[in-house]
Amino acid sequence: MKKKLYNETIYRLLIIVVAVLSALIVGAILLLIAKANPLKAYYVMFTEPLSGKFGLTEILVRAAPLMLVGLGIAIAFRSGIINIGGEGQIMIGAIFGTFIALTFPNLPTYILLPFVFIASFIGGAIWGGIAGWMKAYLSVNEILSTIMLNYIAFQVYMFLIRGPLIDPQEVSYGTGVPQTALLSKNAWLVRIIPASRLHAGIIVAVILAILVYIFLWKTTIGYRLRAAGAEAKAAKYIGVNVKNYLVLAMLLSGGFAGMAGAIEVCGVHHRALESISAGYGFSGIVVALFGGLHPLGIIPASAVFGLLIVGADMMQRSVTVPASIILAIQGLIILAIVSSQIFFSNIALKEKIMIKLKLMKSGDKDGS
Amino acid sequence: MVLNFIIGIISAGIPLAAPLLLASLGEMFNQRAGVFNLGVEGIMLMGAFVGFLVVLTIGSPVLGFLAAILVGAVMGLLMAVVTVKFKAKQGISGIGLFMLGWGLSGTLFRVYVGGITSIEGIRTFSFPLLGKIPIIGEIFFQNNILVYITFLLVPISWYVLNKTAWGLKVRAVGTNPQAADTLGIKVERIRFQCIILGSMMAGLAGAYLTIAQTHIFADNITAGRGFIAVALVYFGKWKPAGIMWGTLLFSLAHALQRSIQVYGINFPYEIAVIIPYLLVIVVLALSYKSQLLGPAALGKPFIRGSRE
Repeated sequence: MKKKLYNETIYRLLIIVVAVLSALIVGAILLLIAKANPLKAYYVMFTEPLSGKFGLTEILVRAAPLMLVGLGIAIAFRSGIINIGGEGQIMIGAIFGTFIALTFPNLPTYILLPFVFIASFIGGAIWGGIAGWMKAYLSVNEILSTIMLNYIAFQVYMFLIRGPLIDPQEVSYGTGVPQTALLSKNAWLVRIIPASRLHAGIIVAVILAILVYIFLWKTTIGYRLRAAGAEAKAAKYIGVNVKNYLVLAMLLSGGFAGMAGAIEVCGVHHRALESISAGYGFSGIVVALFGGLHPLGIIPASAVFGLLIVGADMMQRSVTVPASIILAIQGLIILAIVSSQIFFSNIALKEKIMIKLKLMKSGDKDGS
Repeated sequence: MVLNFIIGIISAGIPLAAPLLLASLGEMFNQRAGVFNLGVEGIMLMGAFVGFLVVLTIGSPVLGFLAAILVGAVMGLLMAVVTVKFKAKQGISGIGLFMLGWGLSGTLFRVYVGGITSIEGIRTFSFPLLGKIPIIGEIFFQNNILVYITFLLVPISWYVLNKTAWGLKVRAVGTNPQAADTLGIKVERIRFQCIILGSMMAGLAGAYLTIAQTHIFADNITAGRGFIAVALVYFGKWKPAGIMWGTLLFSLAHALQRSIQVYGINFPYEIAVIIPYLLVIVVLALSYKSQLLGPAALGKPFIRGSRE
C-alpha cells in the first residue's frame, strides 16, 4: 500500500517535470527567435538569482504576492471557478489599503497594518465577488467578466492615483508621476534582512497558506466549497447551496489577491504606484497550477516562479532578452500543465505508462 | 452640427468594427464545433505584431496579412493539440495561449523594432462616384478594402455553416459529438479545422489593427478586443448576423467615446475608456438566457466512449 502511494507520487512528479521541460524546450525556440542563446539565457535565469544575497532575497520578495494570488486562485479553482481577475483585484486591494494608510497615518503599526490588510482584503473581495455573484446568479462566464474587471480596475486605479490620491509633491513639483504620497512608517512592513527589500510579508503569506490549507481540508465550509467545485450536482444533493459557495469562493479569492496588493504597498513600494500588480495576477495562475492547486504546494511553487521572474530580470541585463519573455514561457507552462492532466485522468494511459516505467506490474488494478 | 457628429460616429464606427467582427466570426466557428478559444487575444497580438513587422521590413500589406494568418494558424494548431488531443480544460488553456501571445509579441517587438514607429500600411480609399454621395458615401463607400471583405464574410459564414456539408458536420460536432462520431464524422479533425480557421481569422484581425487602423504597434495593443470578440459570440447567439450587430454596437460605442474626447466634452478620460468593458459585462449579464441556445457540447472535450 505504501509502495503504491510512493509509486503514484513518483509518477505524478515525473509527468509534471516532463510537462515543464517540454514548455522550456518550446521556450528555447522562442528565445532563439528573440535572437538569444537559449542555453545561456536559461543558465542565467535559473542560477544567477541563487548566487547571492540580492537574488535570494528578491526571490522571496516576489514569492510573497505570488503566494497570496496563487492561494486565491486555488480557492476559486477548487470551487470550480477560474479567476483571471488577479490583476484587477490586486489594484483595488492596493488602493483600499493605501487609502486607509494615508487617512490614519498616526495609528500605531500593530493596529494600522492589520487595518490596511483588512481593507485590502475587502477591496479585492468586492472586485472578485462581483464576478462570483454574476457567475452564480446570471451565469456570466467568469473568465470574461474577471478579465473585463481587470481593464476596468486598471482605469479606476489610474484615475485615482493620477487624480484624487496623487502625491501632493508631484503636483507642486509639476512632475505629475501617477503615484500616491509615501505612507507613514507606521504602515511599513518591517524589513527582515537589512540592506535588502525582503520584508515580513513572506512570513504573513506562509502563515496564510497554512490557514487556507486548514480551511479547505479541515473545516466543513472548506469541504463544501471543494464539493461544489468537484461535483456541483452531488454537492446540491448533500444540501450545499452551490451558488452561495461560488460567491464565497470568489470573495475569498479576490480578497487574497487584494492582500497581495497590500503586501506590495506596505512591504515594497510604501505607496501605490502605476505598476503595482506587475503581472502577479497572471503569474499567480501558473503558481496555483504548478502547486497542484494545493496551499502547501503553492508555497514552494511561488518560490520557483519568484526565481523565474527575478531570473528573467537578470537575463534582461546580461543576455539582453526582454524580461517579458517570461510571460510567454509562463503561458507555455500553463499549456503544458493543463495538457498533462490527461496522464492522470485517462486511467488506461496512466497504467500503460506506469507499467512501462516499471512503477507497476501488469495486472495490478488502479484503486485496489 | 449634430448631423455631422452622428455621421462622424457612424463612419468612424464601421471600420472599427472590422477587427472585432473578423475575430468574433472566427471564434463562432470554434464554438460551433464545441471549443471555447479564449486565446483569441493572444493570437490577435501575435497577428498584429507579425503583420506590422512584415509591412515595416518588406512594405507589402498583403504579405503582412498573409504572415499574420500563418501565425494565427500555428497558434491555432497549438491550441487544438492542447484542447482536442490532450483534452485539456479549454478556459485555462486559452489563458495560457493569451499569455504566450502577449509575452512573445511584446518581447519580439522590443528585439526587432525597439520603439514606436509608424508604417504606411493600407489607407482608406473612396469609391469613384459612390464615395461622393453625401452622407451615404461618407459612411459606406470610403473605407479600406478589408472592411468590405470582412462584412462579406458575414453571409459567407452563414452559408458555410448552414448550407454546406462541412458546416453541418461542424454543428453536429458541437452539439452531439458522440452521435456525430457514430455517423463516421471525424470529430477531432473537424475541431482541429475549426480552431485553426478561427485562429487564422484572429491573426488577420490583429494585423488589421496595426496595418489598417493604427499603423503602429505597441505592447498589448489589442487592449482586450480578443476577449470582447469572444463575448460577442454569446451576444450574437452564435449566429453571424447577430455577431455583426453586436460588433457594430461595440464599435459605435467606441467611436462615441473617442468623439467625446475629441470634442473635449468634460469627462474623465479613464471613465470614458471603461465604457466598452462595462458594456461587455452588461451584455453578458443580459444575454445569460441565450446560453441555452449555445452549442450543447461547448467546452467539453470529446472522449470516445464516454457517456457525457
